[in-house]
Amino acid sequence: MGIEPKKYSMPVQQPSQRIHNFNEVALGYTEELAVAEARRCLNCKNMPCVNGCPVNISIPHFIAEIKQHNFEKAYSIIAEASSLPAICGRVCPQETQCESKCTLGIRFEPVAIGRLERFVADYHNSHNTQTVEPCVTNEKKVAVIGSGPSGLACAGELVKSGYDVTIFEALHRLGGVLVYGIPEFRLPKSIVDKEIQSLKNYGVKFERNTVVGKTVTVDELIENDFDAVFIGTGAGLPKFAGICGEGLNGVYSANEFLTRINLMKAYESDAKTPIMRAEKTVVIGGGNVAMDAARTALRLGAKSVSIVYRRSMDELPARREEVEHALEEGITFELLCAPVEIIGRDNFVSGLKVRKCKLGDPDEHGRLKPIEIENSEYVIDADCVIIAIGTSPNPLIRRTTLQISFSERGCIVVDEFGKTSKNGVYAGGDAVTGAATVILAMGAGKTAANAINKYLSNMNNL
Amino acid sequence: MMDIYAPQVAKKAQAGQFIILRVDDDGERIPLTVAGFDRNNGTVKIIFQIVGATTSLLNTKNVGDCITDFVGPLGCPTRTDGLKKVCIIGGGVGCAIALPLAQKLHNAGAEVHSIIGFRNRDMVILEEEFKLCSDKLVVMTDDGSYGSKGFVTVELQKQISGGEKYDEVFAIGPLVMMRSVVAVTKPQDVPTTVSMNPIMIDGTGMCGGCRLTVGGKVKFACVDGPDFNGFEVDFDEAIARSSMYKDFEARAHNCNLYKGVT
Repeated sequence: MGIEPKKYSMPVQQPSQRIHNFNEVALGYTEELAVAEARRCLNCKNMPCVNGCPVNISIPHFIAEIKQHNFEKAYSIIAEASSLPAICGRVCPQETQCESKCTLGIRFEPVAIGRLERFVADYHNSHNTQTVEPCVTNEKKVAVIGSGPSGLACAGELVKSGYDVTIFEALHRLGGVLVYGIPEFRLPKSIVDKEIQSLKNYGVKFERNTVVGKTVTVDELIENDFDAVFIGTGAGLPKFAGICGEGLNGVYSANEFLTRINLMKAYESDAKTPIMRAEKTVVIGGGNVAMDAARTALRLGAKSVSIVYRRSMDELPARREEVEHALEEGITFELLCAPVEIIGRDNFVSGLKVRKCKLGDPDEHGRLKPIEIENSEYVIDADCVIIAIGTSPNPLIRRTTLQISFSERGCIVVDEFGKTSKNGVYAGGDAVTGAATVILAMGAGKTAANAINKYLSNMNNL
Repeated sequence: MMDIYAPQVAKKAQAGQFIILRVDDDGERIPLTVAGFDRNNGTVKIIFQIVGATTSLLNTKNVGDCITDFVGPLGCPTRTDGLKKVCIIGGGVGCAIALPLAQKLHNAGAEVHSIIGFRNRDMVILEEEFKLCSDKLVVMTDDGSYGSKGFVTVELQKQISGGEKYDEVFAIGPLVMMRSVVAVTKPQDVPTTVSMNPIMIDGTGMCGGCRLTVGGKVKFACVDGPDFNGFEVDFDEAIARSSMYKDFEARAHNCNLYKGVT
């Protein structure tokens, strides 16, 4: 039997239906589909996919277990390397990571590693009845700041090593970017809640509504008998484009727009938090957040939604699947287009003036540089403009913890193990790297947890 | 006016900072400036005007009731170092925020002149409290039903023209009032701090909804403020932005105007 050249497609909600609801778009493989897809894996000896995975999941091994219908075994293989497989299976940019290295990809489509990971994690979550017991056995206390991917991963590792872990979260809800940033239709919040519940069962404590840097400082945490601190505060400060008209009503940062929807549920008809229900929405940016904002705007009832991006389709940094879903849902892409000015009428947005671009030579990151073409301006009608051009790290800890070194961009400086310049304080995730991916943040949380474990064990031996 | 038991917040709060609260599980997050704190009893004083659904709901709470979330203290405290003589201007509910500042400066030995303004006699609050911490106090009402008639700026102009030299003027109140205060102080080059209270969600720098243009740059009231140099704030933009959800608030508040309208 020959190899199926294409990935088995994953069942999805139909576009015409899903643009009217916030339910998850991708529905996941069935057991049959998962086994069939797993059979496409060549099980190569040199396992190039593993090198493509930021946390080096033993990919061919877990896929081999799927072939045998040993789904729980497959899960335990993934869990050795990843703390949040149900989440990463959904939000990782697999096409630039593991799947980009897949040998099968040389001639055909690569194995759908992400879909298989998701299947295994969902299978485990719905079949596993094993209850988790609290495992705090140690008197050493660790404070984890932020309940996003890096904090959850770090706390998970530490509690399993017996430490007494407390996670501090600034918002009223736990999960960080997983709950305020990524929409329900891409990552159901019940999955995040499940991960958090499991940490609670292990004995992790959570303190919501605590803004470290304001309510309490890092120094005070250490004085108040925490033996080590992990900072996973992410990169939450939105960037603006610096163009005229950004102060107009109807202009949102993607963070504000998505927070109103995801965290505050402003899309519900009886919501207490307001959101503008626009007819024509324009989103500036080409990353996952831009796709999320655009698709959310559509679900809020916008008649037209367009994405304005300075480069072409090939350079879009968003996950391929999100771009495809956005296209299927009817979002238009104004490519090779740079925003010039937001135009308003009576203090409200009425349009976005853009200028055409062409692609020039590669920049320092190897991406082709957009060059604006003179006298090519035109106006896109809009009553809402969402700016999704990136975020930078939050300044609150920087301003109140003077012994920690920060880079010029405001990122925390750490060594390869996540250690900061202050003794006993570790950091990881977007707060260190600037805006990146869930999997990298999770990996950094785990790395730092190992370093904290070593640090505290050595302390014991003194 | 309410005292909220929140020992961690009370321990840290300083004049000029704010808190964010949610009344119930489905509630919105609203920012309120700290109007006082009792570190021993662990309480934080808040004062609010009923403007929308959340403040209406908050108003139904009685002594001993709980609210779901209360986070803070957020924002930067008001800077008062080295000030010897100041004029503090409070407008309406803004007086509640101005009071702890007046007290702080008074206790630090500064000469405090306070001008507090209200719409009419019934709206006057905190007069006695201001008296205790002000070397000079003038109460104004728009309609003259109490104190002197007119806006706070009339009195401020009089003081400055009369030769009073202030190290700093603090204006805390409606945006239009703060803009008018700056219109008086800027030509005389009297340093002026204003306290901005824009629309906010998280209060930690995450959403940018509270952004203002200050000195031509985008600033976030939640992490860079809420105090700013009054000379540099783009008030017209701030006033326009504050009206973004006016329709929504009117509906949420069950205004008769919107009844039967879908």
